[in-house]
Amino acid sequence: MVSLAQDVAPSHRSGRMSAEATWGLIMLIPYIAIFLTFVLYPVGYGLYLGTEVKAYQRIFDDPIFIRTLVNTVIFLGLGVNIKMFLALLLSGFFVHERRWIRWVSFIFILPWAIPSIPTILSFRWMLNAEWGMVNSLIFQFTMQDGPGWLLDRVYGLGSIVTIHIWKYLPFWTLILVAARLTISKDLYESADVDGASGLQKFLYITFPGVRNMYITSTLLSTIWTLGDFNSIYLLTGGGPADSTQVLATLGIRYAFGMSEIRAGVATVIVALPFMIPITILMLKRLRGEAQ
Amino acid sequence: MNIRKAFGEARLMLVGLVVVIWTAIPIYHLFVMSITPQAEAFAGAVWPKSPTLDNYKTVLTQGHYFLGHFWTQLFNSALVAVAVALLTLTVGTCASFAISRLKVRFGETVSNMALLTYLIPAAFLAIPMYTTMGQYGLLGSRWSLILTMVTFASPYAIWMLRQYADKLPYELDEAARIDGASPIQIFWLIYLPLMMPSMVAIGTYALLLAWNEYLYAFLLLSSDTEITLSVALGHFLSTDDAPWNLLMATGIIYALPPAAIYYAFRRYMVAGLTAGAVKS
Repeated sequence: MVSLAQDVAPSHRSGRMSAEATWGLIMLIPYIAIFLTFVLYPVGYGLYLGTEVKAYQRIFDDPIFIRTLVNTVIFLGLGVNIKMFLALLLSGFFVHERRWIRWVSFIFILPWAIPSIPTILSFRWMLNAEWGMVNSLIFQFTMQDGPGWLLDRVYGLGSIVTIHIWKYLPFWTLILVAARLTISKDLYESADVDGASGLQKFLYITFPGVRNMYITSTLLSTIWTLGDFNSIYLLTGGGPADSTQVLATLGIRYAFGMSEIRAGVATVIVALPFMIPITILMLKRLRGEAQ
Repeated sequence: MNIRKAFGEARLMLVGLVVVIWTAIPIYHLFVMSITPQAEAFAGAVWPKSPTLDNYKTVLTQGHYFLGHFWTQLFNSALVAVAVALLTLTVGTCASFAISRLKVRFGETVSNMALLTYLIPAAFLAIPMYTTMGQYGLLGSRWSLILTMVTFASPYAIWMLRQYADKLPYELDEAARIDGASPIQIFWLIYLPLMMPSMVAIGTYALLLAWNEYLYAFLLLSSDTEITLSVALGHFLSTDDAPWNLLMATGIIYALPPAAIYYAFRRYMVAGLTAGAVKS
């Protein structure tokens, strides 16, 4: 449709071409100005800051950095995949048309709509080893002290993944609900006639129907999760002893906590070889699908 | 057959119950802490022995060292959010109109630039953004935060608004042109009214994004009278004996406006997000 209009239109408006072209350019100026001053220049400046080889030697000599890379992989691997898989399953719940399910979805979306800082700090206090609600309940029921949730790397990373999923699951569930709604109901009806089981319907109708969206969402979520600063910083602060840092928080720590701007930039640039292929893939997918 | 149906319904309700509990836990805890008196803040109780609204009173009357500028900071949050929403809408509608309706040269390039920006993880740009804001002399001013958030919100705005704009029948513009309408008249009289629903969605999105922002607010702003409420909440963490009950009461107040706005514009938001965020 769009390309058709594009082909036909110019012949009708040759006389006004200049006025429209001028206005078109003027209306693009605000975004171009923002892009140049607040995207292109900072990115270029960041890349320039990241040209110093010494900064990379410095961070690779730092045992914290290596551990941070491992943490980042764990955080992405678990956080993104568990979240997307749960979103896929839960979307099957939210497609049911019930009045009360609409109310559930009202509550379910809250974590995404409200700011991270109060909810993550609430979670943090709840998990406090000495005074938190979780350990006080554990003590009441078992008469034993609960673990120091945020004082240990494994529990800390587990809590980080949990709060990340809590915060972003609603958004991706919503996206996958929309994808499921595009699947024709006839397919399910004829599957019912043929006596297909629930699992068969999921495997042969639902999953093929949402697969494209699932992959696109997973890639997009991977990139955004890489930039999730709040879930780590507000929950564990990267601690204890920097054992739960990820690239996004360690970069900030180098740059602002230790005044090593170049080491901070280098920390982020290390992720580029991983990010660029995903970004190119995403650009192709998003653009291809838009047309 | 009826038993099977009832069983299916029960299973749905079980899932619904789990979903509600899972979602409510941190929010419930937030609320419980906010009505817990200082003396009980370290008890870890599921419900306080003597619930109180005193914490809210302390917050609203700025009655604590950490809350000395509560109202100014709340105002800053609102100012930044509204400014970001308005600027993002301006940038987004203009650009989408030029790209989709006027088919301006380089329109596709600009659209791709926006899409690329959309794919940058926001935290990764924090350090260069901070240094360049310093070079521009904007560091510490609320403008630095506003402009940063517009930078992050407008790619999505352009992308989404463009999707909608492409769906409007081109004949509308054609007819207006034949009647002698200028591009500006088409923009004001045809484009904007038709785009209103998606603009509400984008405006809400930008508003929430800016209101909820923590990282950039805390990096770019510093003085007590310039920071937003999110940064002030972060300041509570600077001491070990922070008044967590006051922190939680402030947190509830801070979380209410975005929740209310979300529910008010939910209709537009859901349609907008699912249609444009990830196009399938």
